[in-house]
Amino acid sequence: MDYFAQQLINGLVLGSIYGLIAIGYTMVYGIVGMINFAHGDVFMIGGFIALITFLILVSLGLTAIPVILLVVLLVAMAITALYGWTIERIAYRPLRHSFRLAPMLSAIGMSFVLTNYSQVAQGARVKPIPPFITGGYTLHESTDGFVIQLSNIQIMVVVTTIVLLALFTWLVSRTRLGRDMRACEQDQTMAALLGVNVDRTISMTFVIGAALAAVAGLMYLLYYGLVDFFMGFVAGIKAFTAAVLGGIGSLPGAMLGGLAIGLIETFWSAYFSVEYKDVAAFSILIVVLIFMPTGLLGRPEVEKV
Amino acid sequence: MTAPSTNTAKPATGIPALLKTAFINALIALVLFSLMVGIRTEAGSDGQLTYWTRFGEVASLVAAVFGGSIVIELLRQWIGPTGAEKLVPPAVQSGISFVGRYLAPALLIFTLLVPVIFYDQRYILDLAILVLTYVMLGWGLNVVVGLAGLLDLGYVAFYAVGAYSYALLATNFGWSFWVCLPLAGILAAFWGVLLGFPVLRLRGDYLAIVTLAFGEIIRLVIINWQELTGGPNGVSSIPRPSFFGIPLDNSDNGLAAKLGIEYSPTHRIVFLFYLILALALLTNWVTIRLRRLPIGRAWEALREDEVACRALGINTTTTKLTAFATGAMFGGFAGAFFATRQGFISPESFTFQESALVLAIVVLGGMGSQLGVALAALAMIGGFELFRSLETYRMLVFGMAMVLIMIWRPRGLIGHRAPTVYLTKAQAISSDLVKEGHG
Repeated sequence: MDYFAQQLINGLVLGSIYGLIAIGYTMVYGIVGMINFAHGDVFMIGGFIALITFLILVSLGLTAIPVILLVVLLVAMAITALYGWTIERIAYRPLRHSFRLAPMLSAIGMSFVLTNYSQVAQGARVKPIPPFITGGYTLHESTDGFVIQLSNIQIMVVVTTIVLLALFTWLVSRTRLGRDMRACEQDQTMAALLGVNVDRTISMTFVIGAALAAVAGLMYLLYYGLVDFFMGFVAGIKAFTAAVLGGIGSLPGAMLGGLAIGLIETFWSAYFSVEYKDVAAFSILIVVLIFMPTGLLGRPEVEKV
Repeated sequence: MTAPSTNTAKPATGIPALLKTAFINALIALVLFSLMVGIRTEAGSDGQLTYWTRFGEVASLVAAVFGGSIVIELLRQWIGPTGAEKLVPPAVQSGISFVGRYLAPALLIFTLLVPVIFYDQRYILDLAILVLTYVMLGWGLNVVVGLAGLLDLGYVAFYAVGAYSYALLATNFGWSFWVCLPLAGILAAFWGVLLGFPVLRLRGDYLAIVTLAFGEIIRLVIINWQELTGGPNGVSSIPRPSFFGIPLDNSDNGLAAKLGIEYSPTHRIVFLFYLILALALLTNWVTIRLRRLPIGRAWEALREDEVACRALGINTTTTKLTAFATGAMFGGFAGAFFATRQGFISPESFTFQESALVLAIVVLGGMGSQLGVALAALAMIGGFELFRSLETYRMLVFGMAMVLIMIWRPRGLIGHRAPTVYLTKAQAISSDLVKEGHG
């Protein structure tokens, strides 16, 4: 039971990271209707930028951890958001009304570009950082000595995710930008006729998605203590799986799917085999889609004849 | 669907506007590259990260972006707002399709003669075999994506199934290539059907992600099922193919000795070349024949409109399953050939990158165009080969090329293709009329 509780905590933390990445997929899919294959790599870039900013701040002699974290968070979000914006401008905007496979292939191409760009720029080896946030709480200690731990990093990951999710839900449901986004999602032509700047709204969607991916990259860096150029691919597929599982286009769905994938992966590793954890996650995706072709919280697709 | 607002970005005119755009682009590039390129990190032997600065590289990259955006802007103004369409006018397009009628036989004759012309150049022969393997894979995937409109991002799974089927059957039971080849095809087709069942109800991008997941599952199982597949170490010493039972080696009962000619290792390469050519032509022939049969027309109907298809009484279940099975079977054949050519296979050969490459070949070729796929395979694999010496930059360039090609010609190289059936006169069909398929 204690072991189960510990895995539950670990799974929720991993799920929060996947959920943050999945929101970027789901938003882009909701508005543009395309799979942004490069989004996982944007997450990876976010992790790298966070790592480099850390290095600079530490070597500048800064010691106040909250200040460092805040600066790293802001720098990573800002630069990664600019990456998201640039990717949209270069690879997706020219293809927005093109043949459906074209933007998908240009997104795959963009993903290759980003992966190999990081490899060329930063080398192929894993980049570790020393544990930055240490300490934690012991929640419960059983008689046989098994301890349920809740580390400070885990608290931070979950709290950050909840805060960002709340902020984001407010953004989509209450602000002008959110209204524009929902309008574009319904009907781009009609939204444009009613005075919504479609181009700007789509750009902003990519920017917000990339910024959230950067946060996920930072959390990943703090939680696992490393980044490498290839981590975007696997994390990207998992997060996309999460978005589809939750019902693509739905924001709470993305978070729910992220949590589901994180839990499945953690429990599978804990009780069955670490090697097959990805197989388990993907198999469950296939099983869910057989019975719920639009995901957990997705709207049923209406066939137009 | 065209939204009017998307073309609101006015093209910059005049020198000041030009410079302003270039300046903004350079500024963006400066921010993008500042940390990723400007600061290089490396983990030392004690696990401590060190870093050093590379501001020179950042400066040259930013300068390149500045210059590049001026050149691109000038080119854009010179070509005009319509862009690519003006570069390749319809007249040239139909000219190309006219030439295409004679290009295909000419290309075939040239291909047949390749081992004769380049007999002494082992490198070119190897490259030709590689290109033909991708031509075959492209034609195989074309059945699924190009004809039936089912978006498959995990095609390499069937290639892997074929390769491992042959490798395991041949090394464990000692069966000959000619027995294993059909078996590899059948096994791959079986997996195709197995994948087909769950995805029958899915559409569009859901299908894409499930096929991607399926490809990853197959690869992960191959990596982790060490007792059977050898895991990351792969399967080695896979038997070489024989000429219908006669080995192609230096022994007394080898083919060279039986024919009374001097043995040369090139014989096997030439044999492999004709083998993959035959397999590729088989794929092409079967595809063209199938397209004229009811099942082929059902595939194309499915691609155009699934709902109408069902309303007309076409059984979409069998239609989808046969498309998956047929495509997978050819992938399996190609995999068996790959295994026998390499003599060694490992999971590294069956990554998502390969699936993306084959899909790019099909789309770049112009969906459903057989000649286009062959030309695209030649261009992609040949172009990829040009960058072999620049190992680290190769995938970077490949990715950029994929983006640029899609922007330039989203519909592929060959804009027209021959109709499947016609009443009195065959008229080329513009690929713009080919629906992408949401099946």
